[in-house]
Amino acid sequence: MTAAINARNAVAALVVAGLLLLPLYTSITGNIFALTLFTRIVIFALAAVSLNLIMGYGGMMSFGHAAYLGIGGYAVGMLAAEGIGSGFVQWPVALAASALFALVIGALSLRTRGVYFIMITLAFAQMAYYIASGLARYGGDDGLTIYDRSDFSGLINLSNKVQFYYLCLACLFGGIYLVSRIVNSRFGMVVQGLRSNEQRMQAIGFPATRYRLVCFVIAGTICGLAGALLANNTDFVSPAVMYWTRSGDLMVMVILGGMGSLFGPVIGAIVYLVLEEFLSQFTEYWALILGPLLLLVVLFGRGGIMGLLGRLSRG
Amino acid sequence: MAEPLLRVDQLVRRFGGILATDHVSLEVARGELHAIIGPNGAGKTTLISQLTGQLMPHEGRILLAGRDITRVPPYRRSGLGLARSFQITSLLPDFTAADNVALAAQAHDGHSFHFWGNARKVRHLREAAQAALDRVGLGHRADVVVSRLSHGEQRELELAVALATRPQLLLLDEPMAGLGMTESARMVQLLQEVRREVAIVLVEHDMNAVFALADRISVLVYGRVIASGTPSEIRSNDEVKRAYLGDQQVVAHG
Repeated sequence: MTAAINARNAVAALVVAGLLLLPLYTSITGNIFALTLFTRIVIFALAAVSLNLIMGYGGMMSFGHAAYLGIGGYAVGMLAAEGIGSGFVQWPVALAASALFALVIGALSLRTRGVYFIMITLAFAQMAYYIASGLARYGGDDGLTIYDRSDFSGLINLSNKVQFYYLCLACLFGGIYLVSRIVNSRFGMVVQGLRSNEQRMQAIGFPATRYRLVCFVIAGTICGLAGALLANNTDFVSPAVMYWTRSGDLMVMVILGGMGSLFGPVIGAIVYLVLEEFLSQFTEYWALILGPLLLLVVLFGRGGIMGLLGRLSRG
Repeated sequence: MAEPLLRVDQLVRRFGGILATDHVSLEVARGELHAIIGPNGAGKTTLISQLTGQLMPHEGRILLAGRDITRVPPYRRSGLGLARSFQITSLLPDFTAADNVALAAQAHDGHSFHFWGNARKVRHLREAAQAALDRVGLGHRADVVVSRLSHGEQRELELAVALATRPQLLLLDEPMAGLGMTESARMVQLLQEVRREVAIVLVEHDMNAVFALADRISVLVYGRVIASGTPSEIRSNDEVKRAYLGDQQVVAHG
């Protein structure tokens, strides 16, 4: 058991060290591409971490999580288009809008369970997608170019690649720390208990929906932050970030890395996006290779890569 | 007469054309152990599920300590002092025994919107959990994950979880189900101790256990209470004999 934990911790520590030192590598080799790729990876890892909170710990299979990427992104983009460039305004609005969206769709969809929950979250996310497509003032289908990154009045310069990367990384580590506190708290115990046996939790006196809803809102808010980062990273936001396949990508990252493990989604995001990047250089049918790979992990590696690591070092 | 702890008044529940609960009335006094017996399909679990709120009755009322709880949702009934164990073991399988009980204690320790501190380090919850586990003889198994506990241990844990909510009334749905001879005997002994502190409604097939424990017994047949009384009254009731107990030898030995 301890060996298993050690192997996982070792991999996590290695990844953390690698992520921290990456800009150093870039400045030595001049390989800007790695920094660009990993900035994107870190942002998606944050989104996957937030999805893991509801999916892995809460047992809520949300198939609409990418909606928050779009909402956070559009909050930044729309405010920028209206001439409000301050990050101190943009980002709180991005978080608040995501939280509000999560509150509304959570209150409606958490009345359902299982497949219905998957379908209704998917439907709400698609609704957000079509609404964004209809925003003619903000680019509609074509998306919205963001000419200036969020301005934090000299505190940090988001146009500086290294500074921006470290900001994303800090958000990711902060997100993981937050989730680790939450899942071990009283609240987290209730949410995980509900995943395990809802009827039992009700019988001992917990109102299920209330706790699930709060968890749903927390996850949506964290993902909204990822959305604000993503929009700044690409200097662009379009309805495509909310499309259901994006939600699927996030689910794959979580499952690949290991549902219900703190660091799993980070590993999942790295493996998924690095593979996507390299496989797509060889063939545009890269999903044909990634698909079977995912199948193997799901079939033989329950608990994802993190679970696999655990068993390898035990066996 | 003092207000009974539990009063069930003309309760009716239908499933399609079947009357699963047919105008059932019964009363449980404080400190009483009230057994409900009846053949399979008599509607015992249906009745218990209405008492806990998992199932809504179509007619009638349920009063707990004089308060109408007929429409109160399950989680709030727990707060009013009602606890249940399930016929088919229902625990949190991927949590430890201590976690299961600590959560039950936590449910009655104010709201659980605490996001920061480590729940497993809240001392009074852990102590309450350990105390409840010690009571049912599972103290040494506190850190074992539930799915690794034996069936008998899980039944005992069900009881510990119910006790940790500090109930006024315990609804036990076949706590002996699937237990061996020794385990059953242990459970009877355990219930003998627990009943001193809390009123119990016991649904059970094990007649030895029922006649050893019960202050009063209600006999349920086809959703109706056909008799209610002390064990000796029930044993000598002709209708009960005909309908249910007739040829069971255990009753003769009592």
